[in-house]
Amino acid sequence: MSGHEQYGEDLALYALNALAGDDRTKLEQHLASCSECRLELEQLRGDGALLTLSTLGPKPPARSRQRLLDDVAKESAQVVRQTTMQQTSHPRVAWPRLLGWIAAAAMSVFVVLLWKENTVLRQSLAVVSDQSMQTSKELEELRRVAAPILSPQAQRITLVSMKTAPQPQGKAFYLRNRSNLVFVANNMPSLPPQKAYELWLIPMQGAPMPAGMFKPDARGSATVVNPPIPAGTQAKAFAITIENEAGSSTPTMPIVMMGTGE
Amino acid sequence: MSSPERQSISSDLATVTAMKSGDQSAMAELYDRYSSVVYAVALRILGDTMAAEDILQEVFLQLWRNPSAFDAARGSLGPWLAVITRNRAIDALRKRKPETDIEEVIVSVAPDLAGQADRSRAAERVRGVLSAMPSPQRSALEMAYFEGLSHSEIATKTGEPLGTIKTRIRAGLMALRKAFQT
Repeated sequence: MSGHEQYGEDLALYALNALAGDDRTKLEQHLASCSECRLELEQLRGDGALLTLSTLGPKPPARSRQRLLDDVAKESAQVVRQTTMQQTSHPRVAWPRLLGWIAAAAMSVFVVLLWKENTVLRQSLAVVSDQSMQTSKELEELRRVAAPILSPQAQRITLVSMKTAPQPQGKAFYLRNRSNLVFVANNMPSLPPQKAYELWLIPMQGAPMPAGMFKPDARGSATVVNPPIPAGTQAKAFAITIENEAGSSTPTMPIVMMGTGE
Repeated sequence: MSSPERQSISSDLATVTAMKSGDQSAMAELYDRYSSVVYAVALRILGDTMAAEDILQEVFLQLWRNPSAFDAARGSLGPWLAVITRNRAIDALRKRKPETDIEEVIVSVAPDLAGQADRSRAAERVRGVLSAMPSPQRSALEMAYFEGLSHSEIATKTGEPLGTIKTRIRAGLMALRKAFQT
């Protein structure tokens, strides 16, 4: 099991809500700062949930279904009535046509400002491009090496045991002294809209560090290349969680994938 | 994650999403899919069909009122509902106010319970693990899970030391985990 071994038994009890007293208080204090133990706790809750399978058999009476749906319909009707009452007590105000013209004018100004900003950005980009050309030899070599890993046209083939279906996989290639990280993922499940995977570097000490966001393509493949990582960070492990698209500064449980060094 | 599991999780997510916009047929669909899970857990704990039916009603109504409480990114709907039900039933059994907000329940690494066939196979496996457990270990686990007893209450009831109870419960959960990792 992951997490701190000395908390193993208390975590199991806590997962079943069977831990009480000082032991519970101490464990809750520890959980507040230990992501590994929090992960283990979730897994133990899952293990406990398996016990519910031993109960399967009896079916609820037929009347229960209609009882629930009647209550749902009543609650929905109440919501509709409340919404209708709010709308009739606050009749719509007819806005004068002038406000429409003002809004259109404001929009035009905004568009012009955006165009100007875009022009400045393009000029800045041209300067940056010139500078990057000076290191083109080194860059070209790096691209040649990285192309089979990074190119969308590259074939990605996952070899598995003959009896095993392809599983989600991730490979992190990390050079600590240069803070270089290339991460490649295969067979990743697609995510709901507005969600993305976040890669984490778990250092030898301290909290997990964000190491890039990614969304798998239609084939379940994704890469993360050289996310910003403090120089010289020694990695104990890498992990993946599911976050909102904007990312998170701390991992949201559960951790969906994790790996330590080979 | 297997393809059927991924499919059923996507299906649950789609149904819960439909519920968020007030789709009552989505509620009916989820009820048809999981009412037997919820009812069975409640009945096992409460031992009373009327009380179990009330818990069934309460759990699904809670989901109807607050579908956002379930986050598909954090676990599967079936096990999540099972754990919510267990918590509510224990609260009812012990005549106490609900101790856990359903939004706080996070359940991971459990098999999905959407398909009847998968459910039956998983149930058989769990029953096999439980029957193979030493009787004191199985009793301690069941007292904690289905009666909501704390470790000190179990120790008092069985006359066993606290440390022994802790070890048995943890070992029991590990045995269940191992059975579904192979």
